[in-house]
Amino acid sequence: MASTETAIEVSDLRKSYGDLEAVRGIEFRVQRGEIYGLLGPNGAGKTSTVEILEGYRQRTSGTVSVLGFDPNQRPRELRARVGIVLQSSGIYSHVKVAEVLAHFAQFYPHPRDVNEVIQLTGLTEKRDERTRHLSGGQRRRLDLALALIGDPELIFLDEPTTGFDPAARRSAWQTIRSLRDLGKTVLLTTHYLDEAQALADRVAIIKGGRILAEGSPAELGVGGGSRYRVAYANGDGEAVVVETDNPTTLLHELTGAALGRGEELRSLSVTRPSLEDVYLELTADA
Amino acid sequence: MPSTVGLLWRQYRFERHLFWRNPSAAFFNFLLPLIFLALFGAIVYHHQGELDVIVPGIAGMSVMSTTFTALAYNLTFLREQGVLKRIRGTPLPSGVYLGGLALNAVTNTAIQIAIVVLAGRLIFNLGWPPQPITLVVFVLAGVASFALLGVALSHAIPNFESAPAVINGVFVPVILVSGVFFDVKHVPGFLRDIAQALPLEPLINGLGGGLVAARGDLSHHLTALAVIGVWGLVGVVLAIRGFSWEAHRN
Repeated sequence: MASTETAIEVSDLRKSYGDLEAVRGIEFRVQRGEIYGLLGPNGAGKTSTVEILEGYRQRTSGTVSVLGFDPNQRPRELRARVGIVLQSSGIYSHVKVAEVLAHFAQFYPHPRDVNEVIQLTGLTEKRDERTRHLSGGQRRRLDLALALIGDPELIFLDEPTTGFDPAARRSAWQTIRSLRDLGKTVLLTTHYLDEAQALADRVAIIKGGRILAEGSPAELGVGGGSRYRVAYANGDGEAVVVETDNPTTLLHELTGAALGRGEELRSLSVTRPSLEDVYLELTADA
Repeated sequence: MPSTVGLLWRQYRFERHLFWRNPSAAFFNFLLPLIFLALFGAIVYHHQGELDVIVPGIAGMSVMSTTFTALAYNLTFLREQGVLKRIRGTPLPSGVYLGGLALNAVTNTAIQIAIVVLAGRLIFNLGWPPQPITLVVFVLAGVASFALLGVALSHAIPNFESAPAVINGVFVPVILVSGVFFDVKHVPGFLRDIAQALPLEPLINGLGGGLVAARGDLSHHLTALAVIGVWGLVGVVLAIRGFSWEAHRN
């Protein structure tokens, strides 16, 4: 039995489709109230993993616990306590936004107020619009609204902002962050680094059906003995990059020398490896 | 958790609501049997014997189009659009959802049969159905059998674009050989044998017993009922075995 502090517990999860082993021994644990990101390229095994947790697919082996339930049997009580945003899923085209939300609310024992959910997902101006007249981004927000209408404890978001323009992404991120403020647990899958970095409390980088690294975006970026990277242009205008564990000394020397020569240190920057660097390094094809 | 019966009722109401939300589809759904009745009625207006063939034929076609055609089409659409998968992720029991779809189809059948009976009475002097029990029994058997076969057919449709071709490819030949528009007696022997082995001809036979005087009571149509029953059993097995809540992946 999972502890009450754990929302999802997965150990040694495997999934094969015929000869293809899509998930090869995945292990992770999601705490209640956190946003946990599964980050990886397309075909990494993210959707297989999530759809096993959602009860859509049967695992080949391993143990899985979602809110203390085994999702394999698709217990109704579990379905009443989770909300699912699939990568793509349709909706009746001739129904209005508020109508379909009111209808779905009836499936749940303790639904949220329809107008509240409409407001939370930014659909207030579209509440009486038929769904077929919604834009792609608005339809995606309706997907989120339908996942939230039952007031779930745990929300699965599979690639929630794919195809969004930058402004729509920012606003979707704001909505997802507000879920954390409501005390919800979120399992987010994404192939966007910035999305994982912006939203997730912890991230698992997944590729080839395995988790390659796990931690907070900051930890992943600077952990593992990673060094500071100092870049500048030397007197001949050539770009120089130096890695160091001790940037203070290096910078002191560099700036001192430049001052002595009466030159400007052009293009000076000090960076630490970002999640992006770690991600690209880990997921690079061998 | 909300009760199953309450959910089924609300799901049914929602499906009816959606049906009327698309008025042109609803209108033509009910207009089609009337158009056929009017056309063929005009052609054979002075031949009561042929009217006696046309009216049960149109009634049988109505049963098939409101259940078999409609469910094969709708389920393919809902599966390919991902609506089925979305519903599957909610606490709505699957049986309640499918029950709502089925009751919606059955309601359309009832409305169409009522239209055909009324038109037969008012326009073609057919009188009220002389064997109402036979009529009801065959409508129920036909609805159940064709609904299940429609669900089964949806499994064989690979994508939504091919749905009209596949469904019409079954529907049109079946209504032609089964004597919707003429008496099966005038058909060559081998075609008649095929028609009688299919479920629509026996359905029209039984509906004729209910709608037209002097065709005998239910006991005269038991073979026809048995054929529909066997197709219903085939339908159950195929409908359950192939059922998929998700679009097929490549």
